[in-house]
Amino acid sequence: MSAAITVNDFAAALLGPVATTPKGVTTARGRSDAARFAVYRNNVFVALVDALAARFPVTLRLTGEAFFRAMARAFAADHRPESPILARYGDRFPDFVEGFPPAAGVPYLADVARLEAAWTDAYHAADAPALPAERLGDWLPATLTRPVDLHPSAHLIRSSHPVGSIWAAHAEAEVGPIPSWTAETVLIVRPDADVQVHRLPVADSVFAAALFAGRTLADAAEDASADPAFDFGRALVGIARLGAFIDPFSE
Amino acid sequence: MTPTATLPPRAGLGLKPEHYAEILSTAPDVGFFEVHAENYMGDGGPPHRYLSAIAERYPLSLHGVGLSIGGARPLDREHLKRLRRLIDRYRPQSFSEHLAWSTHETAYIPDLLPLPYTEETLATVAAHVCEVQDTLGTRMLLENPSTYLLFEESRIDEIDFLAAIADRTGCGLLLDVNNVMVSSVNHGWDPVAYIDRFPLDHVGEIHLAGYDETVDGEGARLLIDAHGSAVRPDVFALYRHLLGRIGAMPTLVEWDNDVPAFPDLLAEATRVDRAIADVARHALKVA
Repeated sequence: MSAAITVNDFAAALLGPVATTPKGVTTARGRSDAARFAVYRNNVFVALVDALAARFPVTLRLTGEAFFRAMARAFAADHRPESPILARYGDRFPDFVEGFPPAAGVPYLADVARLEAAWTDAYHAADAPALPAERLGDWLPATLTRPVDLHPSAHLIRSSHPVGSIWAAHAEAEVGPIPSWTAETVLIVRPDADVQVHRLPVADSVFAAALFAGRTLADAAEDASADPAFDFGRALVGIARLGAFIDPFSE
Repeated sequence: MTPTATLPPRAGLGLKPEHYAEILSTAPDVGFFEVHAENYMGDGGPPHRYLSAIAERYPLSLHGVGLSIGGARPLDREHLKRLRRLIDRYRPQSFSEHLAWSTHETAYIPDLLPLPYTEETLATVAAHVCEVQDTLGTRMLLENPSTYLLFEESRIDEIDFLAAIADRTGCGLLLDVNNVMVSSVNHGWDPVAYIDRFPLDHVGEIHLAGYDETVDGEGARLLIDAHGSAVRPDVFALYRHLLGRIGAMPTLVEWDNDVPAFPDLLAEATRVDRAIADVARHALKVA
């Protein structure tokens, strides 16, 4: 048997649904030992579950450690990392959470996980200068009729639950109150050193969603104008102040 | 190829995000910091900001965990490019990786997995090490593994295997003393004999860490390479034995799980620095 085949069997046994000891492995006493092989299998799953626990700490806090680890292990069983950069592992975890039957009683859980996935993306995103709100006047004429250049760290989460409030209430040591149980649109962005999580005004959410969908400013404003509370200037200044747009004037 | 092994012969520490701010504000006397390359492969953000600031102040060792040099399949060219970008950006004093594999088909497996030691795997690993050194433009150090199992088809002793890789490729070796203890207990080897037979002329860095302990299916003592505690006394004693043979050498304390407060980590570095100073003093007396 070639070494390549041995190693291939080893990998298959490591990742397979049932723990089996591969052929060709032995101990100093010349016998197969399932407990020793189990160390490798355990290492792999613990590393994957730990990577998810590190990326989704509020999701973990909402479900409790035991539930989270069981859910993460179920995810890891058929989602392998595609690269050795484990910070990116779990992009599809929120969708998995949404379809995970034991979590169905916590309908906002998947959106909290989406917010947390966006948070780490923003944390590791390329650095770029954000457009200062006072330059909006210079920026607007050339931008009005084309999709805006969003900051590389910017993400938008729209939820029918108060996802930003739930996240904020559980991100600190002491769990805080949820002010009101309504839909929220959350902007996650890191214009400089720190990732920021902002709940957008309700009247701005359709506008923001259109910008993130690649609509032009003009079209986004039209989409949002069905809501009489929408004010184009106020919404644009508000979102720009949070650092959501790239500064094209910067060196 | 630029020479490496310019890390100072002192204790180094693994750099952890929870310690970034404290290191910059307190400027602790640490010989060097080591990072896992894969943790700095994002496009931007705080990890790069802090690493830039710390690499300006301390020598840096770049330690890869995901290249799968011990695997049969070709090296991941994209991953090599990412490593090259890190080396160009941070100019580390050392780059090291493991004698292990960690990929299967298209998936990455987050562990350092063992390989059989045969002429076939020796040729593959040597070719991989050459490719790494050519692509990265630097001499690398290859680390001895910790293992829990052996392969029936292995025909080459682990030390002979590592020595042959170093001879064929010109790479250096990273001698992990905790791994020596873990594998020795797990396979009934003599850890002191392992150190005494190791090709110390090729060693450019030493690693130390804490192991966990359990038993295997037959109730025999089984050590786990856990990196979640202080260096165990038997490993530290083995390290002192190694220092007596090799002299002062850059030595990293690895503590990757249940990471303690920075002062506890610094205490481990101080303990290592004292051991290095002891051996340096002894060497002076002998001379």
